[in-house]
Amino acid sequence: MCAENIVNPVMTDIQPRISGSRRFVRVLSGRWLVIFGAIVIIAMISVAIFAPWLAPYDPYEPDYNNVLSQPAKEHLLGTDAIGRDTLSRIIYGARTSLIIGLITVGCASVTGMLLGLIAGYFGGWTYTIIMRFIDALMSFPMILLALVVAALLGGGIRNVIIALSIGLTPGYTRLMCGQVLSVKENEYVLAGRALGASNRRIMFRHIVPNCFSPLIVVMSMMLGTTILAEAGLSFLGIGIVPPTPSWGGMINSGRQYLLTHPILSFAPGFVIMLVVLAFNMVGDGLRDALDPRLRGTL
Amino acid sequence: MTTYIIRRIVQTVVVLILVSIIVFIAVRMLPGNPILMLVTPGELEEYTDQQIKALEHEFGIDRPMVVQYFDWISGLLLHGDLGDSIVNRSPVMEFLVKRLPVTFHIGILAIILAIIIGVPAGVICAVRRGKWQDSIVTLLANIGITAPNFWVGMLFIYFFGLYLKILPVFGYTSPFTDFTASIKQLIMPVACLAVYPIASITRQTRSSMLEVMRQDYIRTAWSKGLKERGIITKHAIKNGLIPVVTLMGMSVGVVIGGSVLIETVFNIPGMGRRAVDAIFNQDYPVVQGVVLLVSTAVAVTNLVVDLSYGWLDPRIRFR
Repeated sequence: MCAENIVNPVMTDIQPRISGSRRFVRVLSGRWLVIFGAIVIIAMISVAIFAPWLAPYDPYEPDYNNVLSQPAKEHLLGTDAIGRDTLSRIIYGARTSLIIGLITVGCASVTGMLLGLIAGYFGGWTYTIIMRFIDALMSFPMILLALVVAALLGGGIRNVIIALSIGLTPGYTRLMCGQVLSVKENEYVLAGRALGASNRRIMFRHIVPNCFSPLIVVMSMMLGTTILAEAGLSFLGIGIVPPTPSWGGMINSGRQYLLTHPILSFAPGFVIMLVVLAFNMVGDGLRDALDPRLRGTL
Repeated sequence: MTTYIIRRIVQTVVVLILVSIIVFIAVRMLPGNPILMLVTPGELEEYTDQQIKALEHEFGIDRPMVVQYFDWISGLLLHGDLGDSIVNRSPVMEFLVKRLPVTFHIGILAIILAIIIGVPAGVICAVRRGKWQDSIVTLLANIGITAPNFWVGMLFIYFFGLYLKILPVFGYTSPFTDFTASIKQLIMPVACLAVYPIASITRQTRSSMLEVMRQDYIRTAWSKGLKERGIITKHAIKNGLIPVVTLMGMSVGVVIGGSVLIETVFNIPGMGRRAVDAIFNQDYPVVQGVVLLVSTAVAVTNLVVDLSYGWLDPRIRFR
């Protein structure tokens, strides 16, 4: 299966060589969508870090005198069914999403990379066993897999992270495995072996660094996917347990007030879209900037 | 080609066996007791130790895992028996047969819609690269893969259902009972479910068409003085669509996953909605049945896609 993922080397015409890092910066900064994405991501990270100072109200504190108020000066995005400020909950929700996104992608990429590395490097039976297992996991749609795991373990941040990590690992493994299969054919690997380097040294010093660039691109995209999946789980009521603010959960609880207070659901959904879009745009930009085949055309 | 087909079929069978083992073990890893496969947790609390032992013996959960697995799998393969739902005590298979057509109906329409819109949109983008058509469609496609589909569903409900009042906001009617009502009820869910596949097919078509348009044989076609339309439809599309076929196959999984959310939003009595209910009710036999069925569908779709790949791309056949 891995072999199908190997990119077809299509050689473009020989181009004058521009220094790698200069091209990287130029390609990235030349696109307004990438810049937009980077700004949104930086904004989201700062909002998540400085939430207690930025949020106008306590996201947990109900205010029964101000139940379901419409957007106004005091509450810019209105309040929910028990009077909690929507804006403050969105701000704190950024923390939830970011924590889940980062830890999940971290876990999934490390596990996926190791499995892919082992499968691709050793080949043979190791490859068959790992990759068939990964194929099996891949035939569960991610949201369903995460749902079942979350159902088995229960809700909460930790369990959502476990569930989503299991859902994301197979894709990472496949990608890494494909990369390793092509990188290990290089002459420097052979040279390393001729010089008596151990398997571990070849794997981590020579192969891993050369597999990195597509994986970084995928990491950025996966952050978006994770945030989206977490929102889906929380929307179904299986993810983050209330009262912890989560964007998906907010959309769900706003559902019953859709006719009178659409903003309760629309605002968090819009933020999810913005953030996921930002991660995807930066991922796209990174891919183009790191793709040697596009060198010279961009 | 025959070797290729046989190899892929064997692979799929292996994957399906693994899937069944994973599902079997996962359900038995339930916190608490495997007896939860037979009774709800509420009932379990009322039982005495002896009653539990008797129940375990009656249903054979006290036997070794391997024996249980073979028992379960042979029941499934020989009699299509997936066990009984704990909540309403009816066979899981019966429920699947009733719910599956609903999900299938919506899902297949969404995939067809995605192909009809996504492929031409992607081709237009690639052909008009850098022009305004490309910028707009690419931006829309990027939004399409990022907007949470359940949220899009709620926007639709608010705008078309509650504000304009032109479409019903929930429910499902079989097209055989009332065709017009069925169509009306289907428009919003199908559109929501199709958003992601449309966007991803557009993006994939665009990038693989761009790749193909750079090839030498396309330049040759241009230099022969062929018309643009001919070059695109006769030369470029055939090769450009190969990766798109893979993506179409993958959308089956995406659509099934998405239907869980969409059926919740639009209150459609399909398999996805019922799976979520089953998870809430801890009705594990139903969960097990749904997961097994869905992953089989995905694995078989992948097989079909790979086989068609071999048919579309002769290079694969001779590998």
